[in-house]
Formats: sequence, C-alpha cells, structure tokens
Amino acid sequence: MAKITLSNLRHSYLANPKGPEDYALKEIDLDWMDGGAYALLGPSGCGKSTLLNIISGLLSPSEGRILFDDQDVTALAPDKRNIAQVFQFPVIYDTMTVRENLAFPLRNRGVAASKIAERVAEIAALLEVEEMLDIRAAHLSPDNKQKISMGRGLVRDDVNVVMFDEPLTVIDPHLKWKLRSKLKELHQRVKATMIYVTHDQTEALTFADQVVVMQDGEVVQIGTPVELFERPQHTFVGHFIGSPGMNLLPAEESSGGRVSFQGQGVALEGPIKGAGGLTQIGIRPEYVTLGAAGVEAQVRKVSDVGRHCVVEAIAGPTLVKAIVPGDPPLQGETVHLGFRQDQTRLYRDGWVATEAAT
Amino acid sequence: MRTENQKAWFFVLPVLLLVAFNALVPIMTVVNYSVQETFGNNVFFWQGLDWFEQILRSDRFQAALGRQFLFTFLILIIEVPLGIAIALSMPRQGFWVPVCLVTMALPMLIPWNVVGAMWNIFTLPEIGLLGYLMNNTLGIPYDMTQNPFAAWVTIITMDVWHWTSLVVLLSYAGLVSIPDAYYQAAKIDGASPWKVFRYIQLPKMKTVLTIAILLRFMDSFNIYTEPFVLTGGGPGNSTTLLSIDLVKIALGQFDLGPAAAMSLIYFAITLLVSWLFYTLMTKDDVK
Repeated sequence: MAKITLSNLRHSYLANPKGPEDYALKEIDLDWMDGGAYALLGPSGCGKSTLLNIISGLLSPSEGRILFDDQDVTALAPDKRNIAQVFQFPVIYDTMTVRENLAFPLRNRGVAASKIAERVAEIAALLEVEEMLDIRAAHLSPDNKQKISMGRGLVRDDVNVVMFDEPLTVIDPHLKWKLRSKLKELHQRVKATMIYVTHDQTEALTFADQVVVMQDGEVVQIGTPVELFERPQHTFVGHFIGSPGMNLLPAEESSGGRVSFQGQGVALEGPIKGAGGLTQIGIRPEYVTLGAAGVEAQVRKVSDVGRHCVVEAIAGPTLVKAIVPGDPPLQGETVHLGFRQDQTRLYRDGWVATEAAT
Repeated sequence: MRTENQKAWFFVLPVLLLVAFNALVPIMTVVNYSVQETFGNNVFFWQGLDWFEQILRSDRFQAALGRQFLFTFLILIIEVPLGIAIALSMPRQGFWVPVCLVTMALPMLIPWNVVGAMWNIFTLPEIGLLGYLMNNTLGIPYDMTQNPFAAWVTIITMDVWHWTSLVVLLSYAGLVSIPDAYYQAAKIDGASPWKVFRYIQLPKMKTVLTIAILLRFMDSFNIYTEPFVLTGGGPGNSTTLLSIDLVKIALGQFDLGPAAAMSLIYFAITLLVSWLFYTLMTKDDVK
C-alpha cells in the first residue's frame, strides 16, 4: 500500500529525442493516492501503456522519478517494487495447476509453505475459483485465466499497486460485466491502489473513482467521471467521453466577449478568458435542443438508439448532433438549434476558455 | 428413408490412386518379396515368415540395429539441447535476425552426398583441414578411415553440423511466438531465468520441439547418404547403420527376400517409435 508519485516523468523510445514529438510521454506529474481506484483512459497510442510499464518498472523512464511513499523506486526492478500487473491477454503458466499458478509469486520469494497455502486459499475464495484449484491452468476459459492472473497479483499481501492493462479485451461481452463488477468488489475488499488502463470509456467510468485522460503522451484532465462528462477541460475529453461526443462548433469571437455561431450570438456559461487562437464552442448533444428559435439547421440523419434519438443536423457547413428524448424531426426538415447556456463553453486552442457557471 | 450421398468418394479417389501408386503398391511388392524365395527367371517359392525369423535372429542385424539406436540417441541428445541453446541466444529482433536465420539454414540447404564428401575431404589426415590440423599440428592421432572411434566422432559431428539448424529454427519459431507479456509477468512474479525457461519457454516450445525431435528421429534413423559417402560403413562394420546394411544385403548380395523382410522390420520399428513418442508427447495436450 503506498502513495505513488510521478515527478517530471518523460519517456522516449528513441535514443536521442529532439523535439516533443519524439516523446511517447511528455512531462507527467501525477499523484496516485493510496487505495484509490484510477482509470487511465485514452486512445491507442496515447502513451497509457508506456506509463503503466514505467510504474511497474518494465520500462525505465528517460527522465523523471517514480516515488512509492516518497521513496525513490525509479531504479528498482519490477519484482522489487511489489506491484502486480494484469495484462491484456491472460498470462498463465500452462503446465501448472491453478493452485501452483497462484502460489508462484510467493514461492519465488521464498515464502513459507504454510503461509502460501493460507494466502492461496484466501485469494481463491475471494475470486471464487476454489473448485478449480487443482485443474491445469491451460484448461481454463479466458475469463477464468484472467481471474487467475489477477489472483497472482493479489496473492502477495504487500502489494503496492495492482495495474490492469486493458484486461477485458479478450473476454466475452456477457462476462465483461461480471468481471468488471468483480474488480470493483475486489478493490473495496483489498484496498490496494488500482490503476486500470483502457480505451473504453464505459470500463473506465464504471471502475474508477478518478479518471486520468491522456492524449498524445500528455494528461489532459483528471477528474471523477461526472466532472469529465459535465465540464471537460479539453476538447479531446469532450469528444472522447460521451456517446456521441461533444459538439465542437467553429466560433466567431467578436470584441466585447461576444461569441457567435453561424452569425447568431451564443450565450456562454461565463466570461471568456484569454484571446486569440482557434476558438470553438463546445456543447454536449444532450444539451442541444430543437425548438422554434435558434440557429437554423437541416436534419440530415436520425438514429434511434433506444431510449432516445440522435439527430444530426447541418447548420451551414457544420454538423451538429443533438439528443432528442421525444419524437424526432424527420429527415430533411428544418429545425432551430438551442444551446443550454450553463453547458455551453468556449475552447481556445483546445483548452476551456470560459469561467464556470456558478 | 435417409439417402446417403456417395459422391464424396469420387473426390477421394484421386488421392487414393496417388497413395496406392506411391506407397501401397511399392510396399506390397516388398511384402511380396519378403515371404518368397527366388533364384531368378521369375520363379518364386513360398517361404512364409522364415526371412523375418532369420533377420531377427541374425547377429549382423542386431549389431546394425544397436549401432543405429546408438547413433540416433547420440545425435538427439546433442542436437536438441544445443539447438534450444542456440535458439535462446539468438536475437529476437533487429538487423541480426535474418543474418542468423540464413546462416542457420545454410547447412540444411547442402545436398546430403555433398555433406558427406565435404566432411570426407575435411577430415583426411594428409590434406583435410581438420585431419591435418589434428594429426600434424596438434599431434592427436585422428583417422576416421582406420579408427572406429574417430569414425563415430566424425559422423556424429557431421550430423550435428548438418541438422542442429532444424532444431534451432523450429525452437526459434516457438520462442518468438511467446508474447512479451509472459516475460513481463514473470519479471513481476520474481521468476528466475531458469523458471522462465522451465515454465514459459519450454512449454511454449513443446509442440515445435515434438515435431523437431520426431523429424530428427526419423531422418537420423533412416540416414544413409552421409555416412555412406563419408565412411562407407567402415572401418570394418563399425559405422554400418541399418540402411547401409540393408543396401548391402539387397543390392550387394542381391538377397531380395531377407532384404525385403529387413525393410519391413526397419519400417515397423521407425513407425512404432515415432508413434510412441508422439502419443506420449501429446497425450496431455489441451483439446
């Protein structure tokens, strides 16, 4: 159990990185609180697995330090860091039984046999795999294999952090739910820090108390799932989280803090900060209304997704998505788009540029 | 009533014909010879299982069989561990991978009789590089045409040189198919290099190793060309392996009956050992 601090962390896979584009991780400063459930969310190639491997010690960072409870572990090997990692594809020692698999990390560390038996029994009960203990691990189904590889991480009682690298990739959809809730339950019982890497927003938002969103080797926002949804700090977060993602509309900024879209003034959540740059209006489809007044647009497509309809309407050259709860308009119909003021904000060069509504 | 479609047989027919002409018919000819005696002029006399009994009881056959098992055993216990060791030390990525692979494949590309001839010249005491070096420079008496032990060392070395690559390439294919996550998990679990080999690499190589050992067993058990070119079975009969002996009986002495019986026994042994080995290795496989 430990607090994990990443300080000025940078990593490049190249020997002599020159510009920032050569870095897979650009300047990361992060604190992971002891016992927290974190998700590391981002698209493929954003550097989240790199970050994970740096924390576990499989990679050593080009620059910066990693601290476990203020103790520098940057130079320590993975087995000395007391961490556990669950990989995308279940890693199982095929020739061993489930019991031997679970005992393996303890045996390698020379733990007494009686203690091993006790811990294995405990973990098996926790994971509900007791009846499989004497089966050869190779015969298990993928979800059970993944459970066992989790178990190998949890079996050590001194584990600082358990890291999951997209652990549900190979699991059947109907088992994903089960395993995900199992994970949540485990976190509550084991109280270890857990970091869950994924590119699936549902997985991240259901598992974590705090979600770290990454893009291009940078952390764009850290927050609770609600914060990420309600007030994205960056257009990337707005776009990446939500289904469909946030609308980003080209904004014309005029002097006096007025902003308009398609020639019509748009009321924002609060006063504008800064000046210049590329400005965009960000609004989630949930807060776009179709009414009698507002920006004129033509309905291009209506998709019924069950509980509501997603309406795609084109205003000038810009496509705007709206989530409509009741009867949707027909394709080709002309509608007027309204934007809920406290959910409409301005983004300048990607970053939020309005003060929050109070 | 259920009607069965018998058309499928027509699709099997070409294969059946092919197998008949390249396997069944030749083997039946051998079976034919093995139970008869002939003095030429196409006149045959029924002999029953006499030839089989005679071969099995003969000291000559038993000695050749012993030599054959010894040869196969020796090359297997050298080539398999050596092949695995080389495969383990080969780079997994980068510029040197193709270089290593091609270098490894080279000996296997050389025709068998050329290999025999190469090693023959290589080991000649007067002009061969190795032979000259051993005898004249190092002062170690080494002449495989005179000394049975030297002959054995030479044929074993030659086979190791020629065929270890097969084990290397197959093992290497098994090794590169292991995902990185396994090594990473083992690191985190604190596994020693030996345990990584024992619990990750070896199990993952098992299938390809089974095939490698099977191929090496069959090939070495049936080996003819290389020792024939190198030693001709000598000195004396010291390197007369089964197939060399067989050819001597069949073509040297033209004893077609005993030769046919011996072929069948030889074939049965190869088949039996291969089957036993394969069954044992795959009996506890998944699925």
